[in-house]
Amino acid sequence: MIKAILIFNNHGKPRLSKFYEHYTEDTEQQIIRETFHLVSKRDENVCNFLEGGMLIGGSDYKLIYRHYATLYFVFCVDSSESELGILDLIQVFVETLDKCFENVCELDLIFHVDKVHNILAEMVMGGMVLETNMNEIITQVDAQNKMEKAEAGIAGAPARAVSAVKNMNLPEMPRNINIGDISIKVPNLPSFK
Amino acid sequence: MSDVVEKTLTALPSLLSLDSQPGSAKLSSTSKLGSLIRGITELTSKHEEEKLIQRELLSIKEQVASPNTTMRQMKELMVRTIYCEMLGYEASFSYIHAIKLAQQGSVLEKRVGYLAVSLFLNESHELLLLLVNTVLKDLQSTNLIEVCMALTVVSQMFPKDMIPAILPLVEEKLNHPKEIIRRKAVLALYKFYLIAPNQVQHIHNKFRKALCDKDPGVMTASLHIYLQMIQENPEGYKDLTGSFVTILKQVVGGKLPMDFNYHSVPAPWLQIQLLRILSLLGKNDPSTSEIMYEVLDESLRRAGMNHNITYAILYECVKCIYTIHPKSDLLEKAAKCIGNFVLSPKINLKYLGLKALTYVVQQDPKLALQHQMTIIECLDHPDLIIKRETLELLFRITNAQNVTVIVEKMLEFLRISKDDHNTIDLVGKVAELAEKYAPDNEWFIETMNTVFSIGGDVMQPDIPNSFLKLLSEGFDSVEEDRKLRLFAVNSYISLLQGEPGKLPQRFLQVISWVLGEYSYLKEDLESAAVLRLLAKLLDMKNSSSETKSWVFMAMTKLCEGTAGVSVAQEVSETYSSSMDTVLRQRAQELEHLSQDSELCAKVLPRGGDREHVEVDSSLSFLDGFVSEALAAGAAPYKPPHQRQEELAQAKVLSLEPYSLSLPISMSSCSITDRQSPTLLSMSSGLSGDSTDLSHKGGSTTLKLDGVKRVWGREGYLSQKEPVEESAQVEVPSPVRSPNQQEEGDSSHSQTPTVTPTLGCEQEKQQLASSLFLGLSTQSPVCLMGKSEPAPQRFRRKAKSLNTSEQISNSLISSPSAVDNLLCNNLLDSSITSEPDLSPPERTTELTTANGTCNTETALTDSGMKGSNPALNRDNSVDATDPPSHEDMDRPKNVCLMSHLPAELCGLAHSEITPLCTNQSLSLSACHVQKEDSLVLVVFINNCSDSDIQQTRIQVDSEDLEVSCVGDSPVEELRSLSVAVCQYSLTVKRPLVNVEVVGMISYQLPVVTTQELQFSYKLPLSSFIRPLMVSTEEYGTMWLAFSNDTKQNLTLISDEQEPLAATLNVLRKKLQLHIVEIIGMEGIVACSLLQDQPCLMHCRVHAGTLAVWLRSPTPDLPDCLIYHCQRALQCH
Repeated sequence: MIKAILIFNNHGKPRLSKFYEHYTEDTEQQIIRETFHLVSKRDENVCNFLEGGMLIGGSDYKLIYRHYATLYFVFCVDSSESELGILDLIQVFVETLDKCFENVCELDLIFHVDKVHNILAEMVMGGMVLETNMNEIITQVDAQNKMEKAEAGIAGAPARAVSAVKNMNLPEMPRNINIGDISIKVPNLPSFK
Repeated sequence: MSDVVEKTLTALPSLLSLDSQPGSAKLSSTSKLGSLIRGITELTSKHEEEKLIQRELLSIKEQVASPNTTMRQMKELMVRTIYCEMLGYEASFSYIHAIKLAQQGSVLEKRVGYLAVSLFLNESHELLLLLVNTVLKDLQSTNLIEVCMALTVVSQMFPKDMIPAILPLVEEKLNHPKEIIRRKAVLALYKFYLIAPNQVQHIHNKFRKALCDKDPGVMTASLHIYLQMIQENPEGYKDLTGSFVTILKQVVGGKLPMDFNYHSVPAPWLQIQLLRILSLLGKNDPSTSEIMYEVLDESLRRAGMNHNITYAILYECVKCIYTIHPKSDLLEKAAKCIGNFVLSPKINLKYLGLKALTYVVQQDPKLALQHQMTIIECLDHPDLIIKRETLELLFRITNAQNVTVIVEKMLEFLRISKDDHNTIDLVGKVAELAEKYAPDNEWFIETMNTVFSIGGDVMQPDIPNSFLKLLSEGFDSVEEDRKLRLFAVNSYISLLQGEPGKLPQRFLQVISWVLGEYSYLKEDLESAAVLRLLAKLLDMKNSSSETKSWVFMAMTKLCEGTAGVSVAQEVSETYSSSMDTVLRQRAQELEHLSQDSELCAKVLPRGGDREHVEVDSSLSFLDGFVSEALAAGAAPYKPPHQRQEELAQAKVLSLEPYSLSLPISMSSCSITDRQSPTLLSMSSGLSGDSTDLSHKGGSTTLKLDGVKRVWGREGYLSQKEPVEESAQVEVPSPVRSPNQQEEGDSSHSQTPTVTPTLGCEQEKQQLASSLFLGLSTQSPVCLMGKSEPAPQRFRRKAKSLNTSEQISNSLISSPSAVDNLLCNNLLDSSITSEPDLSPPERTTELTTANGTCNTETALTDSGMKGSNPALNRDNSVDATDPPSHEDMDRPKNVCLMSHLPAELCGLAHSEITPLCTNQSLSLSACHVQKEDSLVLVVFINNCSDSDIQQTRIQVDSEDLEVSCVGDSPVEELRSLSVAVCQYSLTVKRPLVNVEVVGMISYQLPVVTTQELQFSYKLPLSSFIRPLMVSTEEYGTMWLAFSNDTKQNLTLISDEQEPLAATLNVLRKKLQLHIVEIIGMEGIVACSLLQDQPCLMHCRVHAGTLAVWLRSPTPDLPDCLIYHCQRALQCH
């Protein structure tokens, strides 16, 4: 499970923090500071994993991070996550941000905190990886953005009516699932025979 | 109509504000956030930032509170608040507005509202309750986006108690036509499973349906749930193995749509998840593992591409192969894979390679040998994480031969590492290795010195404790002990002469304890000199008061001779006025003991004498004091549970009338003397046995871990068979063919022959050969376990307690080997085979909470091969009537009865029970209850045709005092005659069932001496006699008794007066004396032979009989209540 996702810049200024487990406000700030302290010390040519932050939960926990230009992306995970898998998930996240903001930079993260959170919510839900496919994430986010534009047009109309309109416009998510190909057989399930 | 008007009116201000600056509203609010951020970046100090943010928050607070703020503006305000909260400034005023926004806003505003809620609040926040309705509404919405938002917030946090409210709606979503909704619903349900597993029990079938969902995304989501559930209970999901394998096969085979590819690898995250599940399922299960070999092989083959994500899959594959039941060709491939990881120039892969090696090395130590040069390189790697991982690997391959090199490397790392977490972990490991494999005393003491000075005050407290325990308990050889202690003393003296100020507190404590105990071993050292060194520690500024009290204890042990006493006097004078009460007490002790050397020798006997001291936990020596105080009008002491009960009664809100009583039997408590000052300061030493001391540290709380719970709310908890420890011994991987081992060996022997060209190469080679020493020569079995038998230097002495227990075990269990005995007295022998039943031994292990009747089944289970129906019979029908037996014995019994001595006829006696038989002899016994004693009558029946000579019978018992009554045992036994022996029995310590064991030896005319063993079991209730006391006497006795137990018993409710009826049953069956019944309460008294009273107070409460027993004898209440329970149960 993912315990926390942190983004901060080279000076340790937080740009996004999302905790999937409850910590007090103070602890959260301390975790951010400590994580920055640990991560910023590391050279470029060392591994992307760090073990045993005392605050976030001891030896079972790992920090997996990537450094892009001015920003550090840090995922704090427990032992049930694959290290390399998370490393690539960060890559997917950043690529998605890049697509959504067109050449993403630190300022985008600052001024559109809510949007970044929404993108993240399509990837990770309650600490579990929900979607790893960039196109799929973008489809979901776009659907919401379109709605936003539409809403700007009908500002002032009663919300219920708006949502009705929205419902009609909601794009079919084109997933192109070829069910014939992946016939998942579950042979030994008596309850579904 | 009026509704519409109202809405228009409320909307008016916002419309107006929009109208006045059309299109600029958005811009201005963004620029507000912009100006805030600009403001922050321009600041130079933290203080200024704080001021700015507080100002910002203040203005936000004003605006959100204002009724004129539109939802739209609220949304912008929320974004700003989110920003401030992220920086660590609390804006609790905005929480309620966030919820309002989520409730009332349009979809977009709602989204920000939900986001703010999920960032601001947590599961236990009270405001979250206000969100439940909103979530409910949105879950039912026709707008998919609203449904998605609701599911997202639910999976982030939702109050546990409210789950039932929305559960049906979320379940419904599992059938939603849109896959994204189904997927989110699955994850939301998973979250519910995590926080309240019992609430989603009923939808396990739906999880299965999600697993077979036609959309791979939904299936992937359901794997989260399965991974968790299989982790908890792998046995329950073995039937799904085939399905998971099929899924993985299809994924690996590229049957998924291209959409799922990531860098042309099909659904890598899905593969990783599946591999993890498979490794859990296949662990220790050859048949399940069999199913997955093929797909694992294919995964390995397919993951050939050089990309990060394929390595992720490979790593999981390798781990899975090494976790499940091994298959040799797969292992070979996996080993090759690990090699690729370790040798990779990519640092991340190297890290994972080392991790994999660490994981694998327990099964396959040779693999580490193959990569020894790489491991050496990693030891010098600039990345501390890599270094740390390498040390972890080395830790696993440490043996007696390479321990010095490996520990040296670890200490080297410790000296440069600044991370607390690492230090604690590594210091523990070094200490463990040092204790296990130390080659000699000097090395051990020096290594431990380094451990203490580096580990300092962050290390686990059990390290110094176990070190001191090791020193004090010693090893098998006295001379070795002396040398080790002497070396420690020498080393510490020189440390103290140096700069003790730099040493950590814990280390100083260790030093002072060791000097106090053992400095006499150094003959040329005057105790006054040591005292002066110790006194120096007291004067140091940074010594903590705990350290000082250790130092004082050491000084107290040491002060002798005029020089010493004068130092001691000086010090104690300074500290006898200390503000710290503990120090002051220590100073006082020092002062008094230094003056009175005789007393000192008595209180603190020197050296060696480490006998377990019995602790009177009932504090009976205070009884006189207590009764005096009571006579003087003091309020009687009430134990905590009684106080609680009274408190609860006062409040009339007692939901649990009798909370768990403290059933620990204290009689076996002992404390090793002079362990540490902290322990000695414990009030009269409540404590378990000495093994606990090492974990104690400074804590003075009663340690209950590992203490068996014998009595629970339901009554007597049945014993669980102790798990065979041997089962935990690691089994070597059986697939390692001798071929492979040879390969490993040869590769090792070849490595050094590679001629090193560079000097540093040579150095590394040397290091390698010293690090991996012993790996090639030893069998893998030794390497794997830390259970290396021979080279362990510091083997602890076997505890005398254990050995005696073992002896008694073997003594008792020996009769059970005699077959006919088993048949004859099954119950007895099953008791013998389970000595755990006796209270003092019960304290060692936890049992599951089972009802009383399980005792019986436990007995049966533990029992004997030839299961005997007699065992299943009710053995508590009548106290005076223990084991009744097979009908075929009956006629014999009748005739035996005639041999009952005349003076015993007419008294209550049990049925005659056969003890043992062979072709010539048969023994039977019964017990007779006399008013003041219990008599065991043994009938020896000679059923052979010849006379038996030199019959000698011995009867003994652990729990009873046995004395022979009347004439000495028979010498000669004529053919077909019966001899009778009588023994009077008294209880030494109360047990539920007591037992006598005996042996009869005899000589047949032709054959030489023969022996027969037997045992006989009696319930404790046979020893119970009514105790005639008046209510007043009862009152005074009640207060004086210290051992008590509380329990709820079943009430016989089918009679008119349930209390009287119940007590009557007890009176009849257990011979209790009913002193008085007042309303719903009754008092009962009895005594255990000889003169061990036990009082019982009964109260009818909520349909049960709340019983409270008190006695001066430990364990008696516990045992008695067991019999009460049995008596009532069988009624």
